[in-house]
Amino acid sequence: MKPLLEVRDLVTGFGRVRVVDGVSFQVAAGETYALLGESGCGKSITALSLMRLLPDGGRVISGSVRLGETDVLALPERDMRRVRGGQMAMIFQEPMLALNPVIKVGEQIGEALALHQNLAGQAARDAARGLLDAVGVPDAVRRLDTYPFELSGGLRQRVMIAMALAGRPQLLIADEPTTALDVTIQAQVLDVLRRLKAEQRMGMLLITHDLGVVAENADRVGVMYAGELVEEGVRNAFFASPQHPYSRMLFEALPRPGDGGRLVTIPGQVPPLDGPMRGCRFAPRCPFAVARCRAESPGWQVIDDQRVRCHLAGTLPARSERELAAHSVKQAAPPLLQVDGLKVHFPIRRGLIQRTVGHVRAVDGVSLDIRAGRTLALVGESGCGKTTVGKALLRLIEPTAGRIVLGGETITAKNVPFLRRQAQMVFQDPFSSLNPRMRVADILLEGMDALGVGEAADRRDAVVQLLRQVGLPDDAGGRYPHAFSGGQRQRIAIARALAVSPRLVICDEPTSALDVSVQAQILNLLKDLQDSLGLAYLFITHNLAVVDYLAHEVAVMYLGRIVEHGAAADVLRAPRHPYTQALVSAVPHIKAQTGPGIIRLAGDQPSPLNPPDGCHFNPRCPHAMEVCRQTYPEQTELGGGHWVRCHWVAGQI
Amino acid sequence: MNSIQPVILWTDALIFALLLAVLVLVWLIRRQEHLLAPWRVVAQRPMAMGAALVLGAFVVIGLLDSLHYRAQLTDSPADAPQYSVEVLSVFDALTSELRSRQEKTYSAPLAMQLYAKEFVERDGATVRDYPRLQYGGAHLQRADERLSDITRRTLVGATQGGLASLLLFGLLAGWQVRRTRLAVGAWLAAWRQGSLNWPGRTVVLMVALLLMLGGALAQLASGYHVFGTDKVGQDVLYISLKSIRTGLVIGTLTTLVTLPLAIGFGITAGYFRGWVDDIIQYLYTVLNSIPGVLLIAAAVLIVQVYIESNPDIFDTAAARADIRLLALCLIMGVTSWTGLARLLRGESLKLRTLDYVEAARAFGVSNVRIISRHIFPNLFHLVLIAIVLDFSGLVLAEAVLSYIGVGVDPAMYSWGNMINGARLELAREPVVWWQLGAAFAFMFTLVLAANLFADGVRDAFDPRLGGRR
Ligand SMILES: Nc1ncnc2c1ncn2[C@@H]1O[C@H](COP(=O)(O)OP(=O)(O)OP(=O)(O)O)[C@@H](O)[C@H]1O
Ligand code: SF4
Ligand code: SF4
Ligand SMILES: [Mg+2]
Repeated sequence: MKPLLEVRDLVTGFGRVRVVDGVSFQVAAGETYALLGESGCGKSITALSLMRLLPDGGRVISGSVRLGETDVLALPERDMRRVRGGQMAMIFQEPMLALNPVIKVGEQIGEALALHQNLAGQAARDAARGLLDAVGVPDAVRRLDTYPFELSGGLRQRVMIAMALAGRPQLLIADEPTTALDVTIQAQVLDVLRRLKAEQRMGMLLITHDLGVVAENADRVGVMYAGELVEEGVRNAFFASPQHPYSRMLFEALPRPGDGGRLVTIPGQVPPLDGPMRGCRFAPRCPFAVARCRAESPGWQVIDDQRVRCHLAGTLPARSERELAAHSVKQAAPPLLQVDGLKVHFPIRRGLIQRTVGHVRAVDGVSLDIRAGRTLALVGESGCGKTTVGKALLRLIEPTAGRIVLGGETITAKNVPFLRRQAQMVFQDPFSSLNPRMRVADILLEGMDALGVGEAADRRDAVVQLLRQVGLPDDAGGRYPHAFSGGQRQRIAIARALAVSPRLVICDEPTSALDVSVQAQILNLLKDLQDSLGLAYLFITHNLAVVDYLAHEVAVMYLGRIVEHGAAADVLRAPRHPYTQALVSAVPHIKAQTGPGIIRLAGDQPSPLNPPDGCHFNPRCPHAMEVCRQTYPEQTELGGGHWVRCHWVAGQI
Repeated sequence: MNSIQPVILWTDALIFALLLAVLVLVWLIRRQEHLLAPWRVVAQRPMAMGAALVLGAFVVIGLLDSLHYRAQLTDSPADAPQYSVEVLSVFDALTSELRSRQEKTYSAPLAMQLYAKEFVERDGATVRDYPRLQYGGAHLQRADERLSDITRRTLVGATQGGLASLLLFGLLAGWQVRRTRLAVGAWLAAWRQGSLNWPGRTVVLMVALLLMLGGALAQLASGYHVFGTDKVGQDVLYISLKSIRTGLVIGTLTTLVTLPLAIGFGITAGYFRGWVDDIIQYLYTVLNSIPGVLLIAAAVLIVQVYIESNPDIFDTAAARADIRLLALCLIMGVTSWTGLARLLRGESLKLRTLDYVEAARAFGVSNVRIISRHIFPNLFHLVLIAIVLDFSGLVLAEAVLSYIGVGVDPAMYSWGNMINGARLELAREPVVWWQLGAAFAFMFTLVLAANLFADGVRDAFDPRLGGRR
């Protein structure tokens, strides 16, 4: 059968830099082809080359792209416009950038329909409604008249998909379609994509860095590294035995459920693409590399259902599953941080005199305990108030109510400096958390200077110590942040927090902006630091795999309140609250899952501006009862420090 | 020997203070890689470098014109010297010929006769004819020698300029060859292909062009009034050149007033928000809703009254004109900080929410330090872009204000005054166009060069354009 899309030897460059270098693959109708790889390896540029939507300065240098009978690269721009959206359509990671914020959703879909199907007026409106229905937008008729910014992230992404479908494309290119979404929403969107593909026999090019998403959605997989495709295969074969050393290390870098041992990391970084390329591009980081690898670029070798570019293909030792190492168990220490009834309400002001018309209850009565040397993970969907808890603990945001006791002292406005020496924060995005105009040494000195830690004369030595502690070279202090990669920057950010020797570090999604292999390095580092310094972590995240690896205890937050709390193993393996159950089941898994399938949640998290009466979760809860709509559930103890707030669970006991 | 008494006018002091500040800034920038990098990008753009050279020529004239002195009166005794009331500048001394060769009234560019007919004595009889100029073309015997003389002088001047630039180029090549350790031929080839790491071709050609133009002008000016003369017979070229200083002073000193206001208010409003922000926003909204011209007119009139009622403070005409110029800079600065302040406020609002500012706050770093270390350095590029972009706007604004009579002192040389003076004469037949033309040409050159340079700076500093070339 002729493939739907055939890409042959595609080379795309910016100036002299070839960011996509000789990529060939095929996608058949009704098939999902996943392009996998770390950030910057050229996935997006490959996709944009197919659409001929390259950013300024980008240019397809050679190669061919055939879509059915059309030679895409040879078409004049006028015909290309018809192909784009008509025969192939693309959805992007950030839907807000692709939707026009000032045009109603219905009209935007209508424009696409007018262009590709010559529909107008009522016919277009009906068709638009049909599309929104098809992508699972509830209440489609009303949504046609809303503006994009009135929709939640998941809905926007579905509107984008609906627009992409307006031209009845044969090929859908999805560039990280769910990376910006929460797991429960991600599950919904991926469902929609899978269903559409099956119904309309579309080919799909799915670009992602998440192995779990690939495992659950792709038929075939291609792995990219430094602008080249290095491995390709049928999904099952690929997941059973990845052949390229790079693919293997990607798997091993992932934290596995129940594993507390060190993660495998890939040393070094992706090579800069503007340098001279000789031999295998992975050679500097490859543990198997031999002399030949550095001299000669490997060609394709076929192994059953897979093909791979590695000189040693097929001869590598079989992959051995590492033993699961137990989590280190610490003796129960006295609580370091006790939080009681923490509330943060943001006033909403309106009108000329800025009258307060209501409150956003971002955090609404949260109580926590963290012991020295232990990690408490705070998990929940975006917008549930996780980060606000972290910032309120550090008094970066003034809490509305609640008591914070740190190391035996109650924190008030007066002893904030004491708090700042005891507790520090590591932020999510290492690119915005370091001042680009300051040298690394000055960044590290800032906290020590401000809080007067140690003697001024000793601080320079302390900087070198810190850099070593987080695994950076001694000369790093003299350089500016832009000279470092994302992972190294996150190390600097960690060193900055450690500079004042805190006992508690609040980590706000410290690895979510990083690649899997780099994430593994940072997680290892955090664990080492905890072991050697006895740090306590409050780990804020939505990534349950990371929680599983690092956390001793887990607190699940929904709409400003903690709904389930307990030891990590209990909460993640045997969740009791319906929300936690949905969350845990929605995480895409690499290995086929046994037991109950994904629990689909309807709709989105409501706004904390006016949370639903009774249990906040009741509009989405599959077990909701009458009482859930009236009273907020009390804490139900399940033993061993595990508790939930749910009427349904309470009734079971 | 004639001694002199240096005179430091207010604007002179400020200009040299500014020059010093710029030099210090350059020295600081040279030591900081991240500050230097965008300037390297600017230096690699031919357009920006060409414009910078032209600007440089203007600045040199402006600076020479800012070194003021009073000459000793020739008949005053040496032990108790008395000085002339006329304040001159080094530039005047260099161009004393231009200054002193005053005709009776209008004459066209490169003319040898006055513009208006007069009764002249010729061969004993009184006839009505165009009289010969006293200086312009005075060396010519007959009218038909004029064209060939002009051509000859132009060629000679241009050749002199060309020779000078060849000499300079030789020096440059020698220096570069020694520095880069290339063979002379290799360096020349690289220069010709434009493959040096700086726009060598453009710079060399531009310098050559400027020198040749300067040479030709100098040659012509020694025998003619190149741009003609004005109503009282003054050389228009001289007036135009003197106006350069006024334009530069307005363009730079006004910015000096604007900057502290804009930076102070903009960052404070954006960083502290709340009632501080409300007050500052209120302030600049109010200021913006009053027509700037009205404010300026009012302020200039007040200053005028003050000057006239305190004649003892301002002893010379130059000092009076100078203080009015300074007042104009002040008031224009006070009315024009709002745009930049608004920009900086928005940027500070954004920066203050960034994680590195949060991290600093988590250490309890003081607000002053956060602003000076985290906020200001990250919006400095905006300030810089604003300075270079605003410069040409201010030069043009001066012209407009002087034209409507609320600009600089009417006795001061400025392009605005030149235009104002030419206004009435446009109705004459034939038209007296050269005053307007000269003012226009000079202003156009300065503003164009400033804008081209500003473009280069903006491209290099604006992160959104990301070093695109
Ligand atoms: N506009 C541009 N100009 C110059 N280089 C670019 C441009 N856009 C991308 N690149 C370079 O092209 C390479 C591939 O980028 P691409 O966006 O395809 O990566 P990616 O695999 O999609 O990464 P991510 O997972 O972060 O989305 C990178 O080295 C990047 O720096
Ligand atoms: S070719 Fe050599 S360096 Fe490259 S992946 Fe294979 S073994 Fe490693
Ligand atoms: S209390 Fe009711 S609505 Fe809330 S989670 Fe439990 S069952 Fe669902
Ligand atoms: Mg991408």
